Amino acid sequence: MSFQLTEEQESLRRTVQKFAEKEIAPIAAEAEEKAEFHREIFEKLADIGLLGIACPEEYGGAGLDYSTYIVVVEEIAKHCLATAVGLGVQNLPQIMIDRFGTKEQKEKYLSPLSSGKKLGAFALTEPGAGSDASSLKTSAVRDGDGYVLNGTKVFITHGGVADIYLVMAKTQPEKGAHGISSFIVEDGTPGFSFGKVEKKMGLRASPTREIIFEDCRIPRESLVGKEGDGFKIAMIALDSGRITIGAAAVGVAQAALNEAVKYAKQREQFGQPIASFQGIQFMLADMATSIRAARNLVREAAYLKDSGQAFSHVAAMAKLYATDTAMKVTTDAVQIFGGYGYMQDYPVERLMRAAKVTQIVEGTNQIQRMVIARNLLK
Amino acid sequence: MKIIVLVKQVPDTETKVQVKPGEKAISTDGVTFVINPYDEYAIEEALRIKEAKGGDVTLISAGWDKAAEALRTGLAMGADKAVHLNDPAFLGGDAHSTAVALAKAIKKMEYDLILCGKQAIDYDNHQVGVRVAELLGIPHVAVVTKLELQDGKAVAHREVEGGSEIVETPLPAVITAQKGLNEPRYASLKGIMQAKKKPLEAKKPADVDAAPNEVGQAGAKTTVLTMTMPPERAAGRVVEGEPEDAAKQVVKLLREEAKVI
Ligand SMILES: Cc1cc2nc3c(=O)[nH]c(=O)nc-3n(C[C@H](O)[C@H](O)[C@H](O)COP(=O)(O)OP(=O)(O)OC[C@H]3O[C@@H](n4cnc5c(N)ncnc54)[C@H](O)[C@@H]3O)c2cc1C
Repeated sequence: MSFQLTEEQESLRRTVQKFAEKEIAPIAAEAEEKAEFHREIFEKLADIGLLGIACPEEYGGAGLDYSTYIVVVEEIAKHCLATAVGLGVQNLPQIMIDRFGTKEQKEKYLSPLSSGKKLGAFALTEPGAGSDASSLKTSAVRDGDGYVLNGTKVFITHGGVADIYLVMAKTQPEKGAHGISSFIVEDGTPGFSFGKVEKKMGLRASPTREIIFEDCRIPRESLVGKEGDGFKIAMIALDSGRITIGAAAVGVAQAALNEAVKYAKQREQFGQPIASFQGIQFMLADMATSIRAARNLVREAAYLKDSGQAFSHVAAMAKLYATDTAMKVTTDAVQIFGGYGYMQDYPVERLMRAAKVTQIVEGTNQIQRMVIARNLLK
Repeated sequence: MKIIVLVKQVPDTETKVQVKPGEKAISTDGVTFVINPYDEYAIEEALRIKEAKGGDVTLISAGWDKAAEALRTGLAMGADKAVHLNDPAFLGGDAHSTAVALAKAIKKMEYDLILCGKQAIDYDNHQVGVRVAELLGIPHVAVVTKLELQDGKAVAHREVEGGSEIVETPLPAVITAQKGLNEPRYASLKGIMQAKKKPLEAKKPADVDAAPNEVGQAGAKTTVLTMTMPPERAAGRVVEGEPEDAAKQVVKLLREEAKVI
């Protein structure tokens, strides 16, 4: 592992930076305020191949590693966390179907997902099962040559706009976590509908919605992996997802720092730029230091995953540290902007609201600490 | 159709330009370099022609080691190969000696069309493309916003004061691109991965039959004597008093002190 990006990674970073500045930045603030989802951004991302970064080449993807993928996520998150999270949500079903799916499933679903023709979603959380995901209640009952799903999932990113849902449901409730299986459910399947669209504090350009299964019949070929593999699949997905959220949080934090530095040099009080006060300088120095540490931790997690080593606990550390850093840094950025930072005329309040959600999704930061401690004490 | 595109690497437009005292060029510390934006239109146009009519696109740049990055980016956009005139002897030139170097290299290549930006946004000379055409003895059309190719000829729309002019020229010719010609694409992820496998050939003066003293700084016809930052803007002045008197006072100052009216 090197501290330096490879030539291609740097070239990709510059391209994504330019793309994000030109295509995403101009609409990000308004999309956030109006809670508008921009499907066309995903089409444009697909045009340059960014929706299938980790998907194998034979299914239309680029077959690149996570070390490259996180570079893209960070650049996009600097301008719009909703788009970066969307990229992650598009990526997850692809890597799960690639790893656990049958040849038929790969052929049917991977190209549409990697090319952005279809959007993907990942549905685990339920009203009664958040951190304690294995207590989920959605049932999948064998019936003839298929399954019948019943239950409700909440807080599903891209719920209602996605076409392909990777859904965790219980095939054998008495077996607890080992009774969970993973299914692909397509939009439009009878008995599959959408409920409440959440009104959120931030990440508003990313739709978060309830999804409902009422006697929803799906064919047997919808099962991903074996019956009972669902929880394992979900946890593996989350391990990777945590690296993504860590990278996105680094992007949010970096954007806040960039804004804070710019502002501190311009804003004058007591006859001098506020950047000349040591109190402000120390804040900026701490922000920059923790962002750098967070980025390196995220990169290490990606490196471990790419090289086939155990990475769960490091992914948890990366997610924990990067998202806590994003929260601290964005809060300090608002502080540096003073009253202006609290106003929507400047971008830092949006970044602060964005940072908050990164501490909750893909496992709360309490859950990350549990994962890390469990690894220490096993 | 064989298309050559002239590419220059320039400081990003967002760069805060700095000149260190005594230096005759801008400081490159902390500056990010990009493909000259007008050259991006040229590359895009070349790629569109290739996609419509077949052929190949070769990029050529004279510049320091780092200019290879600009060429790689162009390859990632979809160009087929690149030539990098990379030698200290090629550096420090002006529009003339740069055009000499490029024209000498192009003479050894096959081409039906040469595209480039109408100007580079660093020195803003607006000259290299046109000079290359002269040195090669072929026609050029500059500041082009629309280009149509027909058998052996090109019809180019160019901006002129207050309107546009349509020019027909036989090929090969040099066309210099103006904003509006097209909307350049982003390099795709696949393009970036493929770019490293595409040929990028470095050439020395001898490879293009150029004597070291006719290119770069040695071959330049102009000399930069000094380069300085524009003076810092002085603080504004507020004229106090009743609007009527103040207005009179301002007019007086503009006439007598600032001497602008
Ligand atoms: C914007 C957004 C998008 C989302 N997208 C998706 C999605 O696409 N797919 C999906 O499946 N889910 C999604 N989620 C759900 C998300 O994963 C859950 O919200 C998260 O896992 C927490 O679950 P919960 O909200 O039920 O909180 P709870 O689990 O009820 O937690 C409440 C609090 O208790 C703490 N806590 C819980 N257990 C422990 C413990 N053992 N020790 C210490 N503290 C504990 C938590 O850390 C938290 O602070 C999304 C959520 C949000 C906000």
